[in-house]
Amino acid sequence: MTTANHRWRLYRFASPATFYPLAGKLVPWFAAVAAILAAWGLWLGMLRAPTDATQGDSYRIIFIHVPAAWMSMLLYVVMAFWAAIGWAFNARLASVVARAIAPTGAMFTFVALWTGALWGKPTWGTWWVWDARLTSELILLFLYGGYLALVSAIDDPRRGDRAGALLAIVGSVNVPIIYFSVVWWNTLHQGASVSVTTAPKMAAVMLQAMLLMTLAFWSYAFAVIFVRARAIALERDNRAAWAGAAAGRTAAQPEATT
Amino acid sequence: MIWNSASDFFAMGGYGTYVWGAYVVTAACMAIEPIAVAWRHRRARRDLAAAEDRR
Amino acid sequence: MSGTFAVVVARDLRLAARRRIDAALPIAFFTVAVSLFPLGVGPEPQTLRQIAPGVVWVAALLAAMLSVTQLYATDLADGSLEQMLLVPDARIAIVVAKAVSHWLLTGLPLVVAAPVFGLMFDMSPEAIGALVASLLVGTPVLSLLGNLGAALTLGLRSGAVLLILIIVPLCIPALIFGAGAVAAVDAGQSARGHYSLLGAVLIFTAVLAPLATAAALRIATE
Repeated sequence: MTTANHRWRLYRFASPATFYPLAGKLVPWFAAVAAILAAWGLWLGMLRAPTDATQGDSYRIIFIHVPAAWMSMLLYVVMAFWAAIGWAFNARLASVVARAIAPTGAMFTFVALWTGALWGKPTWGTWWVWDARLTSELILLFLYGGYLALVSAIDDPRRGDRAGALLAIVGSVNVPIIYFSVVWWNTLHQGASVSVTTAPKMAAVMLQAMLLMTLAFWSYAFAVIFVRARAIALERDNRAAWAGAAAGRTAAQPEATT
Repeated sequence: MIWNSASDFFAMGGYGTYVWGAYVVTAACMAIEPIAVAWRHRRARRDLAAAEDRR
Repeated sequence: MSGTFAVVVARDLRLAARRRIDAALPIAFFTVAVSLFPLGVGPEPQTLRQIAPGVVWVAALLAAMLSVTQLYATDLADGSLEQMLLVPDARIAIVVAKAVSHWLLTGLPLVVAAPVFGLMFDMSPEAIGALVASLLVGTPVLSLLGNLGAALTLGLRSGAVLLILIIVPLCIPALIFGAGAVAAVDAGQSARGHYSLLGAVLIFTAVLAPLATAAALRIATE
């Protein structure tokens, strides 16, 4: 392989070639930041925040329930964004990132539902309440599931990317409508404790812990999504020179982290 | 620290099952996912190296 | 453009007339599904009256989704879909025509049959009227969204089940407002808000779904 060939190949897959090693370097940092922020947030939330007057100590689930719910919603939008970019600009890396986001988003949605149920039981007496927030979260899980099912059912990667992008965009457009309809259908869930317009009803230390946990989850998501994106990129572009060089390098020098 | 003892901490004012049930499952999810993804990446690298060797 | 539309609708109706049993399957499924609920829930009239709007609406939703894969499947198999898509600037017309013919074959029969099921569930005349009205406005939404699902899953093995999984969440607003309208009337309240919202959903879907479906068809056939 001549140098000219090698450079041409690298140019053609420029984005993934730059992304792959860069992502690899960033992953340990994101993981470390996630661990530190989570430790700090949990220390504040579990060891320093006072017991709630009405809910006792069961409210402490909020420190994972709310961040997980926020992440589940944020990741869906981000996924739709990158999928749309991949479709509009024929940018395969963007589509790869979108596919990498979906499982993590679904995981956070599941966590939000699970922790919501466990918080609901002592608070409202039942394991599941069909209130607006939890029901919308359940529907969001279905939206993630639909996206994952569709892209995995399509063998051709590019058709899968584009169909997934269309579905994600349609889903995003519908999320406000679905949420509004669910709110219309039922209003039971406790009102927003954290809002940009009204003062939080929680003590400052509770708010601080919740925001720290959100940032920790955000950093965790970056780390996991970058690793998954690297894996997907390798799976798809296993003929590209840049990918071969990376695998060859890692075979010769085992990395300390993935 | 607002807890008087370790057993108080684990009891969570009587709500221990719920609080720890939530935290343990969350921690499990956020431990299993990175492991599964790392495994997927390792396997992708291995498959690619094998494909490159065969060429 | 209107020529293509009329041709496609006429063709679909003619094909359905030749396979009358196949065309009747959605309504048969609907009948069976609706009849299962009293068997599962118990024959108590008060309960049945309460669950009737939801049961009828959910059965309509599932019947629509199960029948929508046929929209493109046969045309894809015999190559006529490719031929249709070759017509310049006709994509939107084809997509709308498919949704209309699906509604004529599945949605409209459901609207016509609804009063019978209303009586099975001992619904009041006003409630039955609301049921017919909400289905009249809502079933086109189901046809439009099902159309999108059929285009997205064109030719895929997992077909119908996958389609239901990806499209049903999008149908939830129509379900909520539609069944909610009937429940409101049954409770003696005004359903005006429900109808307005259902109408808004229909307009929103009618404008945007064909665009998305046309894009999905292009993605699936390229």
